[in-house]
Amino acid sequence: MSDLKTPDLKTADPTRFLSHLELDQPDKTFLDSNELVINMGPQHPATHGVLRVILKLDGEKVLGTECVIGYLHRGVEKIAENRTYTMFNPYVDRMDYVAAVSNGLGYCEAVEKLLNIEAPPRAKYIRVILTELNRLASHQLWLGTHALDIGAMTPLFYTFRDREEILKIFEKYCGARLTTHAFRIGGCQYETYEGFERDVIKFLDFVPPKIDEYEELLTTNRIWLERTKNVGVISRADAIALGVTGPVLRASGVKWDLRKAQPYAAYSDFDFEIPIGTNGDTYDRYSVRMEEMRQSLRIIRQAVERIPEGPIMAKVPKVMKPPVGEIYHSIEAPKGELGYFIVGDGSTQPYRIRVRPPSFVNLQALDVMVRGALVADVIAVIGTLDIVLGEVDR
Amino acid sequence: MVATLQGQYGSGIREAVSYLGQNYMIVEPSIVSDVLQILRDREQFDYCVDVTAVHYPEREKQFDLIWILYSFARNERIRVKTMIADGESVPSAVSIWATANWLEREVFDMFGIRFDGHPDLKRILLPDGWKGHPLRKDYGIIQQDEEWVQANLGIESGQ
Repeated sequence: MSDLKTPDLKTADPTRFLSHLELDQPDKTFLDSNELVINMGPQHPATHGVLRVILKLDGEKVLGTECVIGYLHRGVEKIAENRTYTMFNPYVDRMDYVAAVSNGLGYCEAVEKLLNIEAPPRAKYIRVILTELNRLASHQLWLGTHALDIGAMTPLFYTFRDREEILKIFEKYCGARLTTHAFRIGGCQYETYEGFERDVIKFLDFVPPKIDEYEELLTTNRIWLERTKNVGVISRADAIALGVTGPVLRASGVKWDLRKAQPYAAYSDFDFEIPIGTNGDTYDRYSVRMEEMRQSLRIIRQAVERIPEGPIMAKVPKVMKPPVGEIYHSIEAPKGELGYFIVGDGSTQPYRIRVRPPSFVNLQALDVMVRGALVADVIAVIGTLDIVLGEVDR
Repeated sequence: MVATLQGQYGSGIREAVSYLGQNYMIVEPSIVSDVLQILRDREQFDYCVDVTAVHYPEREKQFDLIWILYSFARNERIRVKTMIADGESVPSAVSIWATANWLEREVFDMFGIRFDGHPDLKRILLPDGWKGHPLRKDYGIIQQDEEWVQANLGIESGQ
């Protein structure tokens, strides 16, 4: 990672990042102004949940935006303080509910770190396989809905058809399709079912032609290109200043992926590439995610072929009492850096759990990305940021 | 790095420790803004991962305020921690890292800690008129702002 140079931060003008809606100011030029303030959402099919964006428009041009969030706030962090470490485990699945396995992995590893235990190798491999399958499912869902927002309906059916195969594997493994609660602190609860490897390999052979199929529909499609090229551009320096992570950061040309930078689980055992973009526009983010799907398949294949035998659960005390102390652990979730900051007070319940949600931080970049663009581009940018409101609001 | 900072600020850097392989330092609130600025400019901590707080009601300085920073060039994380009393405010880091904007708003929303110089410090997850800051330890888990619920949702209670 040492090839990364610090961007020129000193010239970056911080006021550029601030929204200039001035909603509290009286509109002095009401009659001869074209300025218009409208609400997009919270009930809008293209906002992927209950996101409300206040748009200030001049005709079709966006002058500024402000996001109003919190409609799905459930107080996950407060709940954590009133549950034991084990009891809180299923709750994390309800944040980014399209990538529940990643949430569980991050949480379990963070608590394991605090307890100073490590999951056995076989458990780590199972974790990698399921997490990468989940990354694929998450990207497929993103592609389907993003393309639908932009006006292409077919990819939605294609991606959901293929995502179903992943959900079937999850269902056979742990009985749940979405909020899987697949992992436990210290390893995995379930041994792989009979024929798990066969199912996964069958899927690995099944899906690459399907990804080619999505690309055939979109990559050189003229409408797709017009709607995504140079739309929602975010520069490398802006992306870093705004703390954006995941595919959005990589599409802006920063080769940074936590699976490589600070490997967790068994990721250091596998060969894979980190795809990056150059322009930081919507099309680059699309390309990066498409390539990530293929790289995930590569990781899964290596993991299935090399999965070691052995126990799947470390020695974990029945009553879990992590010592007094604090830990921050983060993983590369499909949306970006998902971190858990846990403060233990020596009791069975965490004193404080802070979740660092990638969607929440990435959503903050929306304003910079759409200012000066058209209303229709706002839809494209919300789609390309790949936010899940359950995680934004927690 | 810590040595140079300590040379510059003396006892302002109260502690620099490593726990479970993770580094953090505890600094006085009066110099925290300078330390963050130096960490970004001189030590290349160009990515502010998170800003958060922890409430300890029995302490005199009730809040731990924590910045989690990362440096792409060094591939390293560091946590900067400061302790402040209820009602005390700290300088905002928005001019250092733009991402601190929403993160500080969330800390304000959940703990009621004010950040001086924040361009738009208001609630972010809870509605604007809400009373109380839910992540404080004296805020009960089923507690709600009944008044707000009755006035805005037209129901007797949110429970």
